[in-house]
Amino acid sequence: MDDVCQAIADATRRAILDELVQRDGQTLFELCGRLTMKHGIGSSRQAISQHLEVLEAAGLVIAKREGRYKFHWFNGEPLKAITRRWPANGRRS
Amino acid sequence: MRINLSSVLVDDQAKALRFYTETLGFQKKHDIPLGEHRWLTVVSPEDPDGTELVLEPDEHPAVKPFKSALVEDGIPFTSFAVKDVMAEHKRLEALGVRFTQPPTDLGTVITAVFDDTCGNLIQIAQEIHTRKEKS
Repeated sequence: MDDVCQAIADATRRAILDELVQRDGQTLFELCGRLTMKHGIGSSRQAISQHLEVLEAAGLVIAKREGRYKFHWFNGEPLKAITRRWPANGRRS
Repeated sequence: MRINLSSVLVDDQAKALRFYTETLGFQKKHDIPLGEHRWLTVVSPEDPDGTELVLEPDEHPAVKPFKSALVEDGIPFTSFAVKDVMAEHKRLEALGVRFTQPPTDLGTVITAVFDDTCGNLIQIAQEIHTRKEKS
């Protein structure tokens, strides 16, 4: 779970996940627009692309090709490992 | 100096003319045969003497990789102004136009992105002046 913790340790990557939770299935262009205009994150497309790669490697983002376009989808599954290890109610059931 | 022409690089001029006139609603301005291709431009009916859009053949070998790299990342290289993005999105979707980004409110502007069927993504944008000035 190191990769998941590292992936969500960065504010820009958390903002990317916020935007995908708001609207799943975005292109790199749409994500960059939302990050700039809504979060004031002025990183280059290249930088955002690299953040997406980190999120993909951790399994938190799934990139899927649809014809000639590539869309990015949120996947919360890897986060379950965190609450399995440290349950939200404080103990293992 | 003024900007009188802008170009979109299209994979088929006849198909492009149909899409840009019949679907988007622009008007043909110039159509001059030039051997294999045509000097082909369209204008907006809202501004028939304004900037012409050249429907330019994309046959240079550097163009296709450039276009597909932009399309893969969802990047529109051309943008048109509209009065109402929501209404245009509805109208164009009903005509079968594929949007890669539905209308998105970015605070000062609402944008959407669609496929022009000729290898390009196009942005439509509506500037929002009043909301912030009024509040």
